[in-house]
Amino acid sequence: MIEILSVTGPASVQDLGRFDQYRFGVGTSGAMDDVALRAGNIVLGNDENAAGIEIPMLPFKLRFDRDMAFALTGADVEAEIAGRAIPPWWRSHARTGDILTVKAMPRGARLYLTFGGGIDVPMVLGSRSTQFRGEFGGWHGRPLQPGDILPCAASIATIGDLGVEPAEITLARPNAAADETIVRVVIAGEHDRFDATTQALFWSSSWKITPQSNRYGYRLQGPAVKPKAPIEKRSHGIVPGVIQIPPNGQPIIQMRDAQTSGGYPKIATVIRADLWRVGQARLGRKLRFEQTAYAEALAAEAEMSAYLDRLRTNVRLIAEIRTCR
Amino acid sequence: MTTPDRPRISLLGTSALLFEAPGAFDLPHQRRIWALAATASKWPGIREAIPGITNLMLTFEMPPRELDTLIAALNDAWDAAEGLAIGGREIRLPVTYGGEIGSQLRSVADHCGLSVDDVVAIHAAPLYTVFALGSHPGYCYLGGMDPRITMPRRQTPLQRSAGGSVSIGGSQTGVSASPGPSGWHAIGHTNWTFFDPSWPTPAALAPGDTIRFEIERVIR
Repeated sequence: MIEILSVTGPASVQDLGRFDQYRFGVGTSGAMDDVALRAGNIVLGNDENAAGIEIPMLPFKLRFDRDMAFALTGADVEAEIAGRAIPPWWRSHARTGDILTVKAMPRGARLYLTFGGGIDVPMVLGSRSTQFRGEFGGWHGRPLQPGDILPCAASIATIGDLGVEPAEITLARPNAAADETIVRVVIAGEHDRFDATTQALFWSSSWKITPQSNRYGYRLQGPAVKPKAPIEKRSHGIVPGVIQIPPNGQPIIQMRDAQTSGGYPKIATVIRADLWRVGQARLGRKLRFEQTAYAEALAAEAEMSAYLDRLRTNVRLIAEIRTCR
Repeated sequence: MTTPDRPRISLLGTSALLFEAPGAFDLPHQRRIWALAATASKWPGIREAIPGITNLMLTFEMPPRELDTLIAALNDAWDAAEGLAIGGREIRLPVTYGGEIGSQLRSVADHCGLSVDDVVAIHAAPLYTVFALGSHPGYCYLGGMDPRITMPRRQTPLQRSAGGSVSIGGSQTGVSASPGPSGWHAIGHTNWTFFDPSWPTPAALAPGDTIRFEIERVIR
């Protein structure tokens, strides 16, 4: 078990998400940076879909009520346990009574804390992710609070410390700038309802992530992009990554807690291989969109999967080497 | 893809595809969508077929390598689709129109050039059909609203709208099942449980069910 001692902002229990309940109006939820959650589970030898804690704000502090392995992935981090520093993208081991303190996130927006065996909350409608709008899943369907004691599934015995290369480095984009996140998008249904000049403005602009951005969606600020004529669509299904343009011309990227349907015109959709980059972009940061074709989007997903496959292989090899010694 | 009487098919990234039927926002078209959903949900590689308002979203187990086969299959299945008449149950929902939650009642009346009482009477008159579920857990999109009370969605969506809100968005109406962001205009509210994850089917209503709004009170 682990006990939450201090928490800032809406930290929550998330797995990869709930993907087959759209017909009841239930969205995916799940980790905003699914690559980091997968990696955090892989280094622990967990199922990749095991539930961890998504931490969007610091400080955060918890106590381990038994010996267990844990990992920190996602954002860059300054953390310590029992007087020793824990680097980012690192697996370590806690003893009963140890207190883990996460002090700062120098880069990135969300940190993932995973545990050997995973957080053992009940599966609700096929997932352990917190569904905030429906107030179910995760830990009682709500953000974590001090005093919450989370059960962890039984895990294997002590495994040694291990660091892995962050996704941000391995999957770095060649054209990445320090102050901007570039994400690839596939054009969506209403792209052609914007004239060429407006489309060009959408692609060339640097979009600022406003404070009204969260797990539901990222509201962006920049020049107004408006369709040739106002569009009122009949409501239809949407998925995380869809970029809607409400009448004010300021794009909204739908994120993991987004509604499952909408009617604002859609100009493009962030590809799955880049949605985690949006999840790691902080408020105030700039986003730029790069058009990509469906086939290239699939290739990008394959690249992401290959990174996770390599990670899995390396973790297994290291475990075997340690066993041999 | 832009021929007026042909369906429009577009991508939602690599995780889903959207099929939009040509023609009117009416029950016959929606029944064909329900039929198409029943067919497409059995296709290999399709995780879910989710009806919207005269449209259908297909989510993928794995994104298909190429899309032409799927697009052709959707077009063929649409042409072959006979309307699926779902005999649902009828629900009566008492509504308090206006008040703090239904604060947009006056704006809708002004926008439509009607009195508040007219808007209420027009809204409560039809027997609505649940066309689709979506937006948030348990939310129902209803078909059958009188076009005289149409009002475009908000310029900027609200960050938080109350649970139980009876709202108008464009030519559609619906009742929210829980509090959350919304781009629609709330004209009233109701107290009813639309969703419980512990139920065998988590949503209380399903496509094909019908709803009649009963005017419990009008706060002017």
